[in-house]
Amino acid sequence: MSYRGYEAVIGIEIHVQLSTKTKMFCADSTSFDAGDNENTSPVSVGMPGTLPVVNSKAIEYSIKTGLALGCDIRKKSIFARKNYFYPDLPKGYQISQYDQPICENGSVTFTVDGKEKTVSITRAHMEEDAGKSTHFGEYTLINYNRSGIPLLEVVSGPDIRSPAEAAEYARTIRQIVRYLDVCDGNLEEGSLRCDCNVSVRKLGDPQFGTRVEIKNINSFRFVEKAIEYEIERQIDEVERGGKIIQETRLWDPDKNRTFSMRSKEDAQDYRYFADPDLLPIIVTDSMIEKFRQELPELPIARAKRFETEHALPAYDASVLTIEKDVADYYEETAKGAGNFKASSNWIMTELMRELNSAGKNIKDSPIKPEQLGRMIALIDKGSISGKIAKTVFQGMWDSGKDPEVIIKEKGLVQISDAAAIEKIVDDVLAANAQVVDDHRSGRKKNLFGFFVGAVMKASKGQANPDMVNKILQEKLK
Amino acid sequence: MIDKKTIEHIAKLARLHVTEDEAQEYSTQLAKALGHFEKISKVNTDGVEPMITPTEIEAYWREDVVKQDFSAEEMTSNAPAKAGNLFQVPPVV
Repeated sequence: MSYRGYEAVIGIEIHVQLSTKTKMFCADSTSFDAGDNENTSPVSVGMPGTLPVVNSKAIEYSIKTGLALGCDIRKKSIFARKNYFYPDLPKGYQISQYDQPICENGSVTFTVDGKEKTVSITRAHMEEDAGKSTHFGEYTLINYNRSGIPLLEVVSGPDIRSPAEAAEYARTIRQIVRYLDVCDGNLEEGSLRCDCNVSVRKLGDPQFGTRVEIKNINSFRFVEKAIEYEIERQIDEVERGGKIIQETRLWDPDKNRTFSMRSKEDAQDYRYFADPDLLPIIVTDSMIEKFRQELPELPIARAKRFETEHALPAYDASVLTIEKDVADYYEETAKGAGNFKASSNWIMTELMRELNSAGKNIKDSPIKPEQLGRMIALIDKGSISGKIAKTVFQGMWDSGKDPEVIIKEKGLVQISDAAAIEKIVDDVLAANAQVVDDHRSGRKKNLFGFFVGAVMKASKGQANPDMVNKILQEKLK
Repeated sequence: MIDKKTIEHIAKLARLHVTEDEAQEYSTQLAKALGHFEKISKVNTDGVEPMITPTEIEAYWREDVVKQDFSAEEMTSNAPAKAGNLFQVPPVV
């Protein structure tokens, strides 16, 4: 993609907060709604003499994410100390991984504007989160509840070329970690944090421009907007004959712009070295195999399967697989319904609409997938019409009852008895003798629909529409 | 080599105040210590992997089970300054 003859080069670092119950190196809870400093212990506030002990779940989640991203898993990886002095980091260093990260050399594929795009994953390394500081001018207050929560930092290669690709890349990573159930993907609570590295260069220039890191982006829409702004700002600067300074900039969502936070020239000297308090993480082949077998089917593969095996349109397949819970719900429904496309339609239109307006997750849907599946089967069997099914659906949504119960309670069974329909048709025709005459003589055209409507109305919508058509055609000859 | 400028840089990273005289003194002391390591670094280590830990014992990993040994009040009880159960520190921005 070209911007005024320039090309953007974008790489993204995503901090994935692993949804373990306890912290990376101690047994403090990771609950989000705890009181101030309630989730702390001598280890997480950096008391002298304390020692870190690795959380096995954090290792498992990291490896699973690495496998899902097609990474090589390092059999022996080590923790390193990243030294910097800041009160949200009471030890004076963050435990991270440096030259030997647990996951390397993966890639992720997604579609942007109908085109497939693959972005390489340079590495994914484990580290601990820092505490949260709140500044008040005269002083700063610190809460260490977040200190030590396990993070997996997923670093992409500089392969992204547009803001739209960047946002889609981030969405895809979120989708994958949610499928794996290793992160809740909640951006507002900071469970997923994106830092974007952006540079520009003249089209065709093999050399990268100086990159700028943008932080503080808490939505995918802002990823797009912040990068868009930054590309334009950098091109303006270069065109003006200025130089891009390597720095960290923050996104200001209110003013729609980025602003300089600190210059990198000012010695971010982290002095990494292997943490002597921690043993190397040794991962065996059997562990990797076990985790690989536990991996769920990932969204892209699942969408492809829905297209090929269920003959769903690409659009349906992609919408149904955005969330694992939705895809699970769909498959459960389709199993009961025996009709893939109808299951997809009911979920994507009726169910999604109700869920959205009620602000509910699909897991909390009052209609269970097997119930919806049975309702669809009843339509296909001819027990209820598609139109009546909407009433049944509403009844199920309101009460959570089985479709059969709603149909019985409300007397909604479709009339498929030929004699009964004939009787209704006869009554309708008798009551509209003049219209029948107009139709037969051909004085007026397109009256057939009128009769269908009248019969359906007379049957309170319960007459089998196919049979009504057939009988009307016979009688109106 | 460790000169005064390096000392000042290290002091800044650690947010330590070091006087002119101290910087001079530390640079001499640290130069001595580093001189010793320089001798060690002259040993030929071609083909030797850097040692991270002296023993290759199996790492001990914890199960992911929550344990709370101290309340927030206890955890903050030694803080020189606090607000509620939050630690209070000098302004950092």
